[in-house]
Amino acid sequence: MSKELIRLEDCSMAFDGELVLDSIDLCIKDSEFLTLLGPSGCGKTTTLRIIGGFQKPSSGTVLFDGVRINDVPPYKRQVNTVFQRYALFPHLDVYDNIAFGLRIAKLPEPELSMRVGEMLEMTGLKGFEERKVDSLSGGQMQRVAIARALVNRPKVLLLDEPLGALDLRLRKDMQNELKRIQQQLGITFIYVTHDQEEALTMSDTVVVMDKGKIQQIGTPEDVYNEPENAFVADFIGESNIIDGIMAADYQVEFFGKKFVCEDKGFGPREPVDVVIRPEDIDIVPADAGHLCGTVTNITFKGVHYDIIVDFKGFKWLIQSTDYQPIGEYIGIRLNPNDIHIMKKSVYSGMFGDYSSYSAEYDEISDSDIEYEDIEEETLYEE
Amino acid sequence: MRAFTRAFTVLILIFLYIPMIILGIASLSSGTDVAVFKEFTLNNYGELFRDAVLLPLLLNSVILAVSSSLLATVIGTAAAVGIHRMSGRLRSITMTLTNIPLTNPEIVTGVSLALLFAFVGRAMKTNNVMGFLTLLIAHITFNLPYVILSVLPKLRQMDIHLSEAAMDLGCTPIQAFFKVVMPEIMPGIISGALMSFTMSLDDFVISYFVYGAKYITLPVEIYNYTKRPLQPKIYALFTLLFIVILLVMILMNILQARDIKNRRRIRPPDIISKLRRAGS
Repeated sequence: MSKELIRLEDCSMAFDGELVLDSIDLCIKDSEFLTLLGPSGCGKTTTLRIIGGFQKPSSGTVLFDGVRINDVPPYKRQVNTVFQRYALFPHLDVYDNIAFGLRIAKLPEPELSMRVGEMLEMTGLKGFEERKVDSLSGGQMQRVAIARALVNRPKVLLLDEPLGALDLRLRKDMQNELKRIQQQLGITFIYVTHDQEEALTMSDTVVVMDKGKIQQIGTPEDVYNEPENAFVADFIGESNIIDGIMAADYQVEFFGKKFVCEDKGFGPREPVDVVIRPEDIDIVPADAGHLCGTVTNITFKGVHYDIIVDFKGFKWLIQSTDYQPIGEYIGIRLNPNDIHIMKKSVYSGMFGDYSSYSAEYDEISDSDIEYEDIEEETLYEE
Repeated sequence: MRAFTRAFTVLILIFLYIPMIILGIASLSSGTDVAVFKEFTLNNYGELFRDAVLLPLLLNSVILAVSSSLLATVIGTAAAVGIHRMSGRLRSITMTLTNIPLTNPEIVTGVSLALLFAFVGRAMKTNNVMGFLTLLIAHITFNLPYVILSVLPKLRQMDIHLSEAAMDLGCTPIQAFFKVVMPEIMPGIISGALMSFTMSLDDFVISYFVYGAKYITLPVEIYNYTKRPLQPKIYALFTLLFIVILLVMILMNILQARDIKNRRRIRPPDIISKLRRAGS
């Protein structure tokens, strides 16, 4: 792929003695769509703010095109930002908001109006030039924020949870639109989100973060299919994570049985975490199964059913389009490529067990949705 | 019950405003006795505007009020921006220190300022330090908290990322303040300036301790007048002062009302940031 544009070397960040970023190493290539993905407080926004120049790392180096930029203030960087709450200038109309950066750069008026015009066209804001920004809808404000940043033709666009405040449908539309804009302009997008689906749909590269550390860097397929540890496996998609032991290369042992897998290079009888995605599991009659268990719960999800199956006290989540009645004794088959092996990590044993899953729990969280949403928004601001 | 509430309100309004009304009526009467309204006349006002003593003093007061309120607004706005950026503990300490002069008895502020000026005057070996400069410093001192208190809430309401967004688009921190932050907090700055102006224009207690023979303000001179029987032209002066202050207050209220109306069109993100603030 194309050349390297931004590099973070051993970057750490501490606020009041609390380590927010722990020795991050990250390389961002020219014209790629890179997403920093993680739960609240994982350090993703801090990483973005370091690249934007709003925060200086406590230690480490930030390189842009091979030049150290730790001490370069934001107004001298070839980087522009779309802020989480848009941060549009309320005293200016749409046109003046978009023209703001070019006016600061003292661009001659004819060229300025041409470039603002291009942006209005690209973001579909033609006709809104003279509107006050606080009379716009969330989606329109979002477009103004994007246009205002892109009109300066930055080498990199930073986006801090830009779609967080939009409703689901609008969010999907904007996801496609952002991807289209990124491909059309061919510039680097660095995107911060806590929404794993958003990250998987839009990115070339996903950087999964937790507790100030990078957990995994890879393509969306990589992080989904080959998660590095239990945290990544659980944060991206649903996962059954089971304790296992590598019997030999391409052979893993769990539930007292040996299964063929596609992984190798582990120590003799090394304990490992085994990941099995709920949608990869095939349900078969009990006598034909590799493992057998009892259905304890089934929930209709639209496209599929979420089925909880008890295998000797350990509950798995299985997603299937076929209905299975509660109490049914069923078997499952696992193909080698359904089984993914991970080395043990600090996250082992923390995720991937569906014993606490119940329909009742689902109901409770449903009624709390409104409250939760607000709290989530509150939490995600770092 | 409702009738009682209404009557009570009317009663309070009467108590508040009857002195001013009597003053206004007296200023339009031809006699010197407030108790007797002889006949309607504007002579008192005519006499006031021909007065060679009072008018220059009024000018003195206005010059002092304008310059002290402007300076207090500049210094106070800068202070508010600084306080806004402070971290929690430091901010609350600074705010307490700022608020003390508000509750401090004026006479104490006046005396302590007088002592300070006298001390400095002695150190500079000048006999007569009191004058325009001492008045100006004193007025800026008591105006500052009003400016800070009206600018700070505006800064808090502002999206915290606005100045970052400006810098992101190429502004230096100074440019970001003038191009983005200042327009946002303007209503606060203006109401702080107007408040300072009215406080300064009618201040007597503090001015009394720090004025010098070279520069006398109107309220100080009026105090000297009250030792003798009052002339009707003074009523006219008071009435005019009252009207000026009233107009400034009405202007302030209109500005604030307009500002609130603008804020009504709150976008969803604002609600969230408010919740966040309430939570933290």
